[in-house]
Amino acid sequence: MSTDATEPDVVLEAREISKSFPGVKALDGVSLTVRRGRLHGLLGENGAGKSTLMNILAGVFPADSGEVIFEGKHVSFRNPRDAREAGIAIIFQELNLIPHLTVAQNMFLGREPLTRAGLIDDARMNRDAVEWLRRLKLEVTPQRVVSSLRVGQQQVVEIAKALSMRARVIIMDEPTSAITEQEVTVLHELIHQLKRDGVAIIYITHKLDELPLIADEFTVMRDGRYVGSQATNAASHDDIVRMMVGRDLSEMFSRTHAEPGEEVLHVEGLHLVHPVRAGDFAVRDVSLHLRRGEVLGVYGLMGAGRTELLETLFGQHPKRAKGKIVVDGREEWFQSARQAIDAGVVLAPEDRKREGLVLSLSVAANTSLACIGKTERLGLLDAVREDELASGYVTRLRTKTPTVHQLVRNLSGGNQQKVVLSKWLATQPKVLLLDEPTRGIDINAKKEIYVLLDELVASGLGIILVSSELPEILAVADRIVVMSEGRKTAEFTRAEANEENIMKAALPKN
Amino acid sequence: MSPQTKDFLAGFQSVAALLLMVVALSLMPKISETFLSQENGLNVLRQISVNLCLSIGMTLVILSGGIDLSVGSVLAFSGAVAAGLLKNGIMLPMFGVALQFTTFGALVAGLLVGGTLGWFNGWVITHFKLPPFVATLGMLSIARGLTQLWTKGFPITDLGPDFAFIGTGHWLGLPMPVWIASVLVAVFVLITRKTRLGRYLYAIGGNERAAQLSGLNLRAIKVTVYALGGALAGIAGLLLTARLDSATPNAGIGYELDSIAAVVIGGTSLSGGRGSVLGTVLGCLIIGVLNNGLVLMEVSPFWQQIIKGFVILTAVALDKLNTKE
Repeated sequence: MSTDATEPDVVLEAREISKSFPGVKALDGVSLTVRRGRLHGLLGENGAGKSTLMNILAGVFPADSGEVIFEGKHVSFRNPRDAREAGIAIIFQELNLIPHLTVAQNMFLGREPLTRAGLIDDARMNRDAVEWLRRLKLEVTPQRVVSSLRVGQQQVVEIAKALSMRARVIIMDEPTSAITEQEVTVLHELIHQLKRDGVAIIYITHKLDELPLIADEFTVMRDGRYVGSQATNAASHDDIVRMMVGRDLSEMFSRTHAEPGEEVLHVEGLHLVHPVRAGDFAVRDVSLHLRRGEVLGVYGLMGAGRTELLETLFGQHPKRAKGKIVVDGREEWFQSARQAIDAGVVLAPEDRKREGLVLSLSVAANTSLACIGKTERLGLLDAVREDELASGYVTRLRTKTPTVHQLVRNLSGGNQQKVVLSKWLATQPKVLLLDEPTRGIDINAKKEIYVLLDELVASGLGIILVSSELPEILAVADRIVVMSEGRKTAEFTRAEANEENIMKAALPKN
Repeated sequence: MSPQTKDFLAGFQSVAALLLMVVALSLMPKISETFLSQENGLNVLRQISVNLCLSIGMTLVILSGGIDLSVGSVLAFSGAVAAGLLKNGIMLPMFGVALQFTTFGALVAGLLVGGTLGWFNGWVITHFKLPPFVATLGMLSIARGLTQLWTKGFPITDLGPDFAFIGTGHWLGLPMPVWIASVLVAVFVLITRKTRLGRYLYAIGGNERAAQLSGLNLRAIKVTVYALGGALAGIAGLLLTARLDSATPNAGIGYELDSIAAVVIGGTSLSGGRGSVLGTVLGCLIIGVLNNGLVLMEVSPFWQQIIKGFVILTAVALDKLNTKE
C-alpha cells in the first residue's frame, strides 16, 4: 500500500503477523495499517483469520512472530487489559458487559473512582458516565442495568467505555450482525463522529453494502493470509467479492461423479421460532430434499440459520419448530438426538470440541459412544470389540493417531473431525448432516475430508454440507441451497452455481 | 507427557504418599510397634469402610460432573430407619396392625431409603434443572430433619446380635465392614470400567453437550447415578449403625466433606470426567492412615484437622500441576 504524504498518521501497524494453533496455521505473515480518524474494513470468509488477528492486536493472545507498532512504539500486550490501558479497545461480537451491573459500573469496571475513605465514589462515576453517554447520544441513565438495554444500546455502552479509557483504536467485530436497521443507522452516525474525533476504527463485517457508507479503506484476508488492501471508493462490490472468494478449490479436489439414488430426506415448510426475538424465525419456510449418494451444500453467512436448520433436522428443537420431515419414506418428528440417530440421521456439529467430542476420552471411547451396544458382550463392554470397531474407522478414514487409546484432546483438528465422523459412521446412518466440517483445519486436512466425503456418498450416504466457505461448497456439493436471514433464497445445480451468484443470494437484503 | 502418563504419575503420587506415610509411621520408635500390629491395621480398615462406601458413590456423582452434599444425612436416615424398623416395627394405622421386621428386612429397607432419597436428588436435578450443589444441599437438610423426626431426637440402640454382626463381626479373619466395602469396590470398579453406565458417566462429566448430541439419555443416567450414590450412603448408614449398635440422630454430620476429600485426594477431578474408584480407595486409605498416625502420635484433635486440611490442599494442587496444559 502506498503511503501518500497527505495520508493521516499511522496509529497502529501490524507487520508480518503469524500465529498457529494446534494443527492449523491461523495467520501467515499478515500485515495491516490503520490510520488516525479512518475506518479500516476487514473482510474475509469465516475462518479467514480476521478474529485471530484482532485478538492479537487487542492482547487476547500473543503472536508467534511478527510485530505490532502502536503510535510509533513496538508493543506486545500480555492481556486485553494491557491493550486497553495503552489505548486499543476491542468490542467483541458477543459484547463483554456484565449483565447485572449498571451502565456506569460496567464502564468503570476495574478502575472505579474512589472517595477519600476508599469506597466507590458512585456519584462521580455516574457523573462521568453521563458525560460520555451524552456525547454518544445514548439516552439512558448510568444507573440502568445493562441487561435491560437493547443490543444496539449495549454496543454504545461498550464504545463509551472504550472512549472513557482514551482509546485511540477501536476494533469492532461484526457490530451490525445482531442489531436492528435503525440501530445500524445510529451506529454509523456514531462512527462518523468518532472518525472526526480522530479515533481509528478496525471494522470486521460481512455486510459489504455498509462498507461505502463508513469505510475509508479495507483489507481482505483469506485462509490466514493477506490478500490485498484498497481504498473503498476505488473498489466495486464485485471486486470485493472476487477478492474474498479468490482461490479455486476444484483444482486440488474434484468429485468423482456418481448418479444419486432415491430420495432419503424430504423437508417441507420448516420453521423454527427465533430463541430471543419474539415473532421472528431463525429458520423460515425452508423446503429441500436430499437423495442417496448426493452432497447438498447449504451456504449462508453468519446468522443465516444454517446451524439452526441442521439442529432442527437432528431433533434438537422439537417444540420450537414446525414443518414436515420425511426420512427414507417415513414422516418423522424427532424429540431427541437418540431418535434421530436411530432413524439414521446424524449431525457433526460446528464446534466439534464443545459439541462433537468428549476430549477427555480416547479415540476408541468416542467412536463407540453413540452405538455402545455394538461393543458389549454379556452386558459388559468388550475392549477387544471396541478397539476393533475404532481401528476399523481409523484405517478407513486414515485418522492419524498413535493408537485408538490416545485421548482425542491430543489429536489435530482434522483428525478430531475424523473421530466425529467415525462415531457417526459406526451408527450406520442414512443422512449425515455436517456443520462446517473443515472449520479451523488446514488445507491438506480439508482435502482429506473432501476425499472422504466423496467416498461416503459413493457408498450411498446422503450428506448435507453446511459451509460458509464458497470454494468448499463449489468443490464438494452436487446441489447448492443458499440461505439468508433464515430463508432459502436460492437453489443451484453444480453447473449453474458460481461464486458471484451464490454470494449475491447470501448477502442480507436491506 | 501424554495424559495417560500424567494420570499414571498422579496415581503413582497417591501410592507414593501412602507408602511414605506408612514407612514414616513404622520408623517412629514410640509408635512403630502399635502401628504395625495386625489389630491396628484391621482397625484402620474398619474405620475407613464407612467413608469408603460413601466415597464410592461420591466418585460416581463427581465423575458425572455433579456433587452430592446430602450423603451424611442420607446415611443417618437410612441407619435410623433400619434400626427403628428392627426395634419397633412400624404401625400401619389403616390396617390396624404393627409390621415387624427381620434383620434382613430392616437392612433392605435401609438400603431402599437411601436409594430413594438419592433418586429424589436426581429427579430434582434433572427435572427442575437445579445445580446439584443446591439440590443436594436441600436434601442435606431434609434428610437430617427426617432422621430427627423418626428418632424423636433419641438414639435407637440395642439392635440385636444379627444386626451388630455386619458392623462388628468377622469372617475369615477380616471384619465384616471391610468385606462389604471390598465387595462394593470390586462391583463399582467393574461398573465404571466395563459397563455402559460407567462409560456414560465419564462421557457426561467430560462433555455433557457432546454426550447429549451423541444420543445419551442424560436424565436417566443422572437419576441412576444419584440413586446409586444414595443407596451407597444407605449401606454406609447400616454399617455405621451396626458398628455402634446405635442409630443416632446426629450420625454422619460432616461426612460429605470427608468423602469429597477422599475422592479428590484420590485424583478424581471435581469438574468431572476424570478419575477412578480405585483412586478413591487410595484417598480413603490415605485419610485413614493419616488419622490413625496422628492419633497414635497423640497430636491434638485441633491440629489433626489443620493437618488434614493441608493434605487436601496439597493433593489438589499437585493434581492441578499435573494436568496443567
